[in-house]
Amino acid sequence: MYSHGSESLMKQAREIQEPELQKFYSRLVKLLQGKELGHETVDSLQRLHLILSATKYTRTLPSELRTRLLSLLSSPVEQLQVLSSAVLREMSPLSGEELNYIQENVGHLNSHTAALLLSKAGTRADLSSVCVQLLRGLDNRPSEAPAHSLMHTLPVLNTILTHSPECLTEDHITLLSKRLVDWLCYASTVQGGGASSGRFFTGPRSRQPVPIAELDGSSVSGNFFTVLCVGQGFTEDQWMNVYSFSMLHHWLLTYHSVSIGNSTVETANRSQLSLSHSFSNDDRSEVDGSLVSMVSATSSSSRLLPPKERLREKAFQYCQRIIEQSDRKAQKKTDTDLQKACLVEAVCILDCVCVEDASLVFRTFPSIKGLFGRLSPDLSFARVLLPIAQFYLNHGEMAAVDCESVWKLVFGQFPAELFNDPFLAHELLRFLRLNLEKFQLGVPQYTHFFPNLLKFLAWDSPAVVDDFVDLLPSLVTPVTAVELLHTLLDLPCLSATLILQLRSTCLPISEQGGRGLLSLDAFRNPSFRGLFLFMLRGEAGSGDTIDRLSTLHDLLAEAADWPRVVHCAQTVPVLLHIYFSTVVMVADEKLLAHLILVMLERSSILLKIPTYVKEIHRVFSCHLLRMCKLWPSLVVDQSHELVEFAGISGNVYSKEELYTHVVWVLGEYLSVSCDSRCSVRLITSCFETLEAVLFEITSSGTPDGTVCPAPRVITTLMSALAKLASRSHDLIPRVSLFLSKLRTVTRSGSVAWCSDEEDLVAIVTRGEELWSLLKAPGVAQSVLTPSHHITTPQWHRDTNVAMPLQLRALTSLTHPQ
Amino acid sequence: MVRCFLIHTVCPISALSAGECRVLYSRVFGPDEAVLSEELQELNPEERRLLQKEKVAVVARQVHSAVTLSREASGRQLVEMVPGEEVLALQDADSGVARLRAGDPFNEEMSVLWLGVQSLGFTLVCEPHENLLLAEGTLRNLTRHCLEHLHMLGPGSEVLLKSSRIDVLLSRLLPHGQLLFLNHRFAQSLEKEVAAYMAK
Repeated sequence: MYSHGSESLMKQAREIQEPELQKFYSRLVKLLQGKELGHETVDSLQRLHLILSATKYTRTLPSELRTRLLSLLSSPVEQLQVLSSAVLREMSPLSGEELNYIQENVGHLNSHTAALLLSKAGTRADLSSVCVQLLRGLDNRPSEAPAHSLMHTLPVLNTILTHSPECLTEDHITLLSKRLVDWLCYASTVQGGGASSGRFFTGPRSRQPVPIAELDGSSVSGNFFTVLCVGQGFTEDQWMNVYSFSMLHHWLLTYHSVSIGNSTVETANRSQLSLSHSFSNDDRSEVDGSLVSMVSATSSSSRLLPPKERLREKAFQYCQRIIEQSDRKAQKKTDTDLQKACLVEAVCILDCVCVEDASLVFRTFPSIKGLFGRLSPDLSFARVLLPIAQFYLNHGEMAAVDCESVWKLVFGQFPAELFNDPFLAHELLRFLRLNLEKFQLGVPQYTHFFPNLLKFLAWDSPAVVDDFVDLLPSLVTPVTAVELLHTLLDLPCLSATLILQLRSTCLPISEQGGRGLLSLDAFRNPSFRGLFLFMLRGEAGSGDTIDRLSTLHDLLAEAADWPRVVHCAQTVPVLLHIYFSTVVMVADEKLLAHLILVMLERSSILLKIPTYVKEIHRVFSCHLLRMCKLWPSLVVDQSHELVEFAGISGNVYSKEELYTHVVWVLGEYLSVSCDSRCSVRLITSCFETLEAVLFEITSSGTPDGTVCPAPRVITTLMSALAKLASRSHDLIPRVSLFLSKLRTVTRSGSVAWCSDEEDLVAIVTRGEELWSLLKAPGVAQSVLTPSHHITTPQWHRDTNVAMPLQLRALTSLTHPQ
Repeated sequence: MVRCFLIHTVCPISALSAGECRVLYSRVFGPDEAVLSEELQELNPEERRLLQKEKVAVVARQVHSAVTLSREASGRQLVEMVPGEEVLALQDADSGVARLRAGDPFNEEMSVLWLGVQSLGFTLVCEPHENLLLAEGTLRNLTRHCLEHLHMLGPGSEVLLKSSRIDVLLSRLLPHGQLLFLNHRFAQSLEKEVAAYMAK
């Protein structure tokens, strides 16, 4: 699809030399001077566009060429309009003269010129002038204007109000509100001109107005025209109906979302008016006389409603009609898809107008409820049900409607069954993100659905990890914390399970051969059902994890190189960082202690994906450190498990990073100053455990023969032993003995447990430092176990330091520099 | 509204080095957002144009990696298609949607919808409040027309030399970035106009 030919074409365009370019320009000017502009001109203009757009820096056109191009903007041939607009868009901004030229000569602003003006707008004033020009065209249409000349007006205005809503004045807004109402609700209901009635003989007799039809073929009796009406041809106002509806939501969001800031009297009038409207559906009728007396004279009928309110009312009616029309069976598939999109739009618009005018909620809820009831059993309408859920979230409380079934559907069913729909995932997660505060206040139980929500992440991590970076913190609560940690660690398993679930439903039972045979068999095996069902659970609360987790990992071993599983595994460390950063803020010490146990336990129970285990250990190490720094007494609290972990010499090789950190925190925080429960016996037993491991790994025969313990482990062990000894001086002789032995052994040459010369030197140096430090126990204690006021200095509180600091500060303030 | 529409390369192609991404067509709708933002007022037009091109390139690269990861994950093999099989190519296409955070690269948060057809990606950058169902349908429709009218399944370079056709297509189906609710009759009427233009 993109060949070498195309690549060389682009290269040519980028690297064209100046002289050749100038020749090209003059040739083009000559062509444009001619009367007839044929194929060669068009081709050259096209090439010019390619040359200009291929480079990142702007080229300059000779002014004559620019002028010629400007004149093409008003050419009757659309191709020339398009090309000149495209070329000029690549150029430097239009000068004042050029803008004036356009205003005077282009007459009625065509779509491509409008595009140019928008793209080159340099200030808000430029946008305002485009706006004014367009609206002038709207008001007084010249009779010779082509049939579709109005059609780009609304899209251009929509662009302007996207970037700069202030460009429209109050008058503009009023004018457009009125026109929008006309187009939306009073467009003609007969087919447009140029409609062929399909008969062979068409004479003036047969040219009777043919009414438009609904999508299922039935007639549009008495109702107004909408985007879901069809005909052979369309009138201009029917086109404008389509354009109006297409921008209606955005218009309401921009100009109606801010409260108009009226007095309470007016607001009361408005709500009474809406109330009175609920008694009469036909908007053209007068309001019931008995209610008029309650309402001020200026607002006695819908016709006399202020334009904004009238538009809101009409938008409401249009959307109700769309909802009714969407229930009809369309004859074409594209129309069925359109009906879905229209439903989404209609519900969003209704939500918008109800936010603005709360009294509309009672008129709207019946149809929304009806829609929910009709659509909720059908999963193919899931994306339509999301805006409905938003409506329930915004207005459910006010209407005192029970929303339980809505949340069960959105959080319970959708993620479980539609996790592999990228668009649904995006929209559901966005829905959650935007309404997070509302959920935390009103529907706090949403956090219990985290196993379901994580299915989106497990299936397509690269696409949604960004959303989870924002959502994960809210899912971390004291209740969910432990189970969430287990689930995050097993996210690659969930990924593999989801793949197996889909494969299992697609492939026949008896298929032999092919990928994933073993794990698929296991998935279908009743005795392992429970394991997979736990993975696929939708809600939290049924247990933190399962006993036979390692069995599950063995069954899924072959999934370790499936791309989806690998992508998932790559995102887990990032999410764990976020998890731990959040959990230290919401958890108490007891919970953190539990989490440390989980970390130690899970460090060996992880799916064996290359680098995954290492990365997880790194995250654990980092956060173990942070947690212990924050709560030093955690170490004494969990000393039993930590010492047990440190006592397994195999961990030195298989979990080097985590082991190092465990030993370090033991050495640093196992002291009376951190927790008064720390006894001499505890220190001694820890010491003995670490000592045993150190002896073992520095003895001549390593278990493997080839693998050496990392130097850092050895130095950390030595330092930890020294620290512990400094707190219980009986232990000092034992350490000193070991350290001197170490010196002797290494002096005699290389050792089996350390292959690198420099590392050995570092280890020995550290050993000597510690040995000399321990010769003076008092000094050792203050260095290796510094008291609190040294490690966390607050100089301003120190009586000796505070005074001089204060004086110095005052001096520098008062003395002019 | 839709902020921009792009056509760019998405998978390793012999003509390009690995990881390189070529933008074949880009159309940004509306004024340059740098013009109306406070922080970027001091940029001159040259710099603004460069910034816009860079933003477009960033989007193309993001979609490039999204398509690559998606194809890797689904494990499907790409089947070579020839001109005439446009509908099949579209049915077979990968699709997805991603979120672009505010500032990266557009000033506000955006949703990026993409379709990966063989070695080309068709991308719409929309404002997040847009109707994504409608956007998805519009993107598929635009892609189908581009594939058909510009013979993109062949080796030709028409997309580079006939970009005005895409401009006209956009001016009817996505005027100034406005997504339109078109039932099959309205769509037919617009497509007739487009076909008439293409025939010239």
